[in-house]
Amino acid sequence: MSDDKTDANKAARPAEERNLEAAKDKTGTPSGVEQPAPEQSPENVPAPTGEVRSVGVRHGMFGTSGTGDTSGYGGLVAAKVFPAPSQKPYGGWFDEVSGALEARLEATELTTAIESVVVHRGEITFHVRREDLPFVAQMLRDDEALRFELCSGVSGVHYPDDAGRELHAVYHFTSMTHNRRIRVEVTAPDSDPHIPSLVSIYPTLDWHERETYDMFGLIFDGHPALTRVLMPDDWPGHPQRKDYPLGGIPVEYKGASIPPPDQRRSYN
Amino acid sequence: MSTADQQDFYAAPGETSQGRVFTVTGQDWDSVTQSIGESAEERVVVNMGPQHPSTHGVLRLILELEGETVTEARCGIGYLHTGIEKNMEYRSWVQGVTFCTRMDYLSPFYNEATYVLGVERLLDIEDDIPEKAQVMRVLLMELNRISSHLVAIATGGMEIGALTVMTIGFRERELVLDLFELITGLRMNHGFIRPGGVAQDLPPGALDEIRDFIALMKKRLPEYAALCNANPIFKGRLVDVGHLDLAGCLALGLTGPVLRSTGYAWDLRKTQPYSGYEDYDFEVQTWDTCDSYGRFRIRLNEMSESLKIVEQCADRLAGLEGAPVMVGDKKIAWPSQLAIGSDGMGNSLDHIRRIMGESMEALIHHFKLVTEGFRVPAGQAYVPVESPRGELGAHVVSDGGTRPFRVHFRDPSFTNLQATSVMSEGGMVADVIVAIASIDPVMGGVDR
Repeated sequence: MSDDKTDANKAARPAEERNLEAAKDKTGTPSGVEQPAPEQSPENVPAPTGEVRSVGVRHGMFGTSGTGDTSGYGGLVAAKVFPAPSQKPYGGWFDEVSGALEARLEATELTTAIESVVVHRGEITFHVRREDLPFVAQMLRDDEALRFELCSGVSGVHYPDDAGRELHAVYHFTSMTHNRRIRVEVTAPDSDPHIPSLVSIYPTLDWHERETYDMFGLIFDGHPALTRVLMPDDWPGHPQRKDYPLGGIPVEYKGASIPPPDQRRSYN
Repeated sequence: MSTADQQDFYAAPGETSQGRVFTVTGQDWDSVTQSIGESAEERVVVNMGPQHPSTHGVLRLILELEGETVTEARCGIGYLHTGIEKNMEYRSWVQGVTFCTRMDYLSPFYNEATYVLGVERLLDIEDDIPEKAQVMRVLLMELNRISSHLVAIATGGMEIGALTVMTIGFRERELVLDLFELITGLRMNHGFIRPGGVAQDLPPGALDEIRDFIALMKKRLPEYAALCNANPIFKGRLVDVGHLDLAGCLALGLTGPVLRSTGYAWDLRKTQPYSGYEDYDFEVQTWDTCDSYGRFRIRLNEMSESLKIVEQCADRLAGLEGAPVMVGDKKIAWPSQLAIGSDGMGNSLDHIRRIMGESMEALIHHFKLVTEGFRVPAGQAYVPVESPRGELGAHVVSDGGTRPFRVHFRDPSFTNLQATSVMSEGGMVADVIVAIASIDPVMGGVDR
């Protein structure tokens, strides 16, 4: 697994650099030596801890499989890696928020509530353990130093290859008092898709949690009436999951059969 | 009309055990009132919509009534769900714009803008967007705010019976749509704001048209004020209806005119500026009555403020003639160019000549970028914009591929519609319509 991660790091870096040189480098075989990219100097990027999770694997260069890819790049294997957790200092008000959050958590001995913090593209993401989510949310809303009054809803993301953390629920919180915005991410495995509901803390999440349940099958424990909100009540399956096809029914057109969009040739 | 003892095609077994079911089809009111009179029950559950001229779109309301008082109001949504977010995962990043513009069909440019801003943040090209593209985005968004507010006021007026407000609202909106058509080629579903800039430069003569529009609107906007602001019938229907205070707004996540009608000046254009809004001179409009009338006045005032911004945009664009409207990065900007030909707008013949006759590499580049698209570094971004209805944001997730891994839109209509019950319970049936009109939900955005 550790080899995988090194490779993953190597493969992910060129994607960050959009100049031609980097694109050329990418086609070369990655060596096993860790080497920091030039733009990852401390003043530009918070130092990653190196602990990155692969959320999937991409084969080939152009996404086609079988005879479609005649370029010779079909054997390439690249891990899909998300930005690595950051280390302190995060910079700016990020430190104030995370400091206040940690101070409050330490006072209640919930020191492991925050699994990691990712700072990427000027946005901060707190990965929170799902059982501690209601406590953290309550604190985010009520604490003097935090005051995140507005929750902009929850968005589900399904990572089928992120073993044990397939379902993610992503919340955006806005502090109008301090004019700040943070993201809180919680995960649940496919085998146990339960996340505590935040409706009692942020009533606005009522429909948002229903939508996420509708689309991903995430069950928000404690929601007053967790029913489908967009799809019909008797709809089978949860459409936004990655294992749920788009369409799935071939369409007849002038005698020919057009496959559903998910089975057509694709380029990624 | 039919009663429970007749066959009801839509009732499942046991569903009618709560009482008698009346199916109203119009022109049968006599028999309905007669039957209700016989049953002598005060509590009636009315299913209103989803096809109803007053529910502001395909919204279904389930109202529990005691006489004319609403004791419980619930919304049924999802009738316009088209799976846009799912579809976007099967198309390239650029094609995503074409999908999301169709969500909230009254404010297409905001859908495009929030998605594109998220993609640009992930691409890390936020600082490279040319100035002219920024100004054109602001121009289109503010024109769009005017057209959207006009429809909000027009349909809101129509729903309470003020048909003149409707006709003049749609008359002015048509002028805005004409400008959209001139600039983007389409009245709606533009797909015009693209990652990296905008699709096309301003066409010749557009600035003159915009200036004419500004001059005309400066005359016409005060007409709305003169028609409605002090109109006793209008005020009688709107004042103190649909009350929601600041605490209620924040708990239910309401933003936009509803939040500002509580006197709180929260506007993302001022508090968290994007696309260069910090450089424009305008005021955030508030009202302090927490009611539908306040929201109407805010929308009216915001149109004047938007007109001010449009005017400033026009002045800036006059000095930006010939400036680029797309990032210089050839790995992101589409190589395809459009030009006016003998049969209208189409592929630029110069570009076709170049890729077909001169440069094989240019042809490959064009083909690859258009079919496969560019890659966006893995990560997630959320860049909300202040749409006419409130905070509209796109949670954009990329796994490093050429297609969005997940895009979720936080649509203000969806969130704000949750306030229907608190705004209308305890009031009259007729006030439900006014309350919902003051939220101004667009069902295309609610259901996506």
